[in-house]
Amino acid sequence: MSVRTDVISLFEQVAAQQKKPLAPLLDELVLLDSGLDSLCLAIIVARLEDTLGVDPFTAAQDADFPVTLGEFIRFYDDAVR
Amino acid sequence: MTLADLIHGSSLGGRLEELRGRSVLVATRDQLTAALALVELDGIAARLVLCPPDLPVEHVAFVAETAAVDALVSDRAAAAVESLHVGRLVTCSPRITLAEPERSGRLRTEWILLTSGTTGRPKLVAHTLSSLAAAIRDSGTPARPAVWSTFYDIRRYGGLQIFLRALLGGGSLVLSSAEESTADYLNRVGTHGVTHISGTPSHWRRALMSPAAHSISPRYVRLSGEIADQGILDHLRFVYPEARIAHAFASTEAGVAFDVGDGRAGFPASLLNRPGVDVQMNVEAGSLRIRSAGTAIRYLGCPAEPLADADGFVDTGDMVELRGDRYYFVGRRGGIINVGGLKVHPEEVEAVINRHPRVWMSHVRSRKSPITGALVVADVVLKTSPGSGPVGLEHEILRLCREALAPHKVPAAIDFVPTLAVAASGKMARANA
Repeated sequence: MSVRTDVISLFEQVAAQQKKPLAPLLDELVLLDSGLDSLCLAIIVARLEDTLGVDPFTAAQDADFPVTLGEFIRFYDDAVR
Repeated sequence: MTLADLIHGSSLGGRLEELRGRSVLVATRDQLTAALALVELDGIAARLVLCPPDLPVEHVAFVAETAAVDALVSDRAAAAVESLHVGRLVTCSPRITLAEPERSGRLRTEWILLTSGTTGRPKLVAHTLSSLAAAIRDSGTPARPAVWSTFYDIRRYGGLQIFLRALLGGGSLVLSSAEESTADYLNRVGTHGVTHISGTPSHWRRALMSPAAHSISPRYVRLSGEIADQGILDHLRFVYPEARIAHAFASTEAGVAFDVGDGRAGFPASLLNRPGVDVQMNVEAGSLRIRSAGTAIRYLGCPAEPLADADGFVDTGDMVELRGDRYYFVGRRGGIINVGGLKVHPEEVEAVINRHPRVWMSHVRSRKSPITGALVVADVVLKTSPGSGPVGLEHEILRLCREALAPHKVPAAIDFVPTLAVAASGKMARANA
């Protein structure tokens, strides 16, 4: 599975579990407008660490945090490489 | 709105005197009306009980009884609050009406702040205006007055500190709103030229993920309420290179102890055991203890433990570790988990999990998160082996939790384990969260 499919399916899974309406998952989607709150994003980041073995949020200090879904996927793509 | 408006006017419809000497529950929907009521009522009410916006309605009666509340100030419709039966009802509104200034015969008002307790019921912590303001030094200069803002609600200790800083320092304050998105908030405070802004590390992580992160250019960025790790400090430095970035340590009970402005996580060991300074700190059995003029006076009601020891030190329960010449926060004693600034007592979550008929015992613990600081996870021992369908069982347990607990208390993951470590005391072994 690619990072992209992992990320997308986790967004859908966590939104369903937390009963949050999810915006269409386009690359331009601003994460904070996705319908998911910080708690949901924290759960996604934790599950990604379990499946991909990386936590780029903790690793990368001198870079902007990802703002859009596309940047979020790239953030993880770069980290697993 | 300025303070001058309140000198010849009132947000309470001219009914301030009716509240003289009473124990007043301030339970407003809006932060602005709460702010106006607090300014007017200090010195008039015997006691001000600050009701945070998310206080579960089932706890209101307990709070009112414990604080001997006999009046309610609210901006809600009378019909919505009459059922609380707390005595006299005075409506406050952001519309200031002309009223005679009443500043004679001022009382030393007790300010009651709520903080989460082990059982889920809040603890009531008593302060005075002077203990709340003890740590406040001038933050602006007349030439460059500060424009404060905070992600916090001002009815909690962290937010109240910022409210008082703005008030007493002669600056302005832009309030946040629970209904507003992070981006809208940042854009709004950016438009108002915010210079001093405060939040938890989790607030800031969220802000830095917002496209509006660059719409503010503060002179001062403050973090409190959670452990500020090196990652978030470095990140804020990267995004706001012009700002002074400080992380503060404070708790509702202990007051503000210190802020650290050197850009490094933890705090210098030299802050401890200094005789003659305003804020006395020491470490006992790994826990940070504080005594100062900012320390709360007492708990209301009869909690299991006194607020401070015989020497006046408050044991914060925040565990620290000495590495080199610096102390670092490593978590909370008793495994209390801090999810984005909200405390979770593991026992409360375990009690819910243990209600499931197939659960033998459970252990709720913390997992580090770069987004919320920590997440709640649970290790569960079943009465019989999970057999087929542990996934279904996980869903059942989580459903129980979601029905009974606030979202941040629901475990992000459940691990089925064969056994749990039990300490020599016979209690479940809890690492510091």
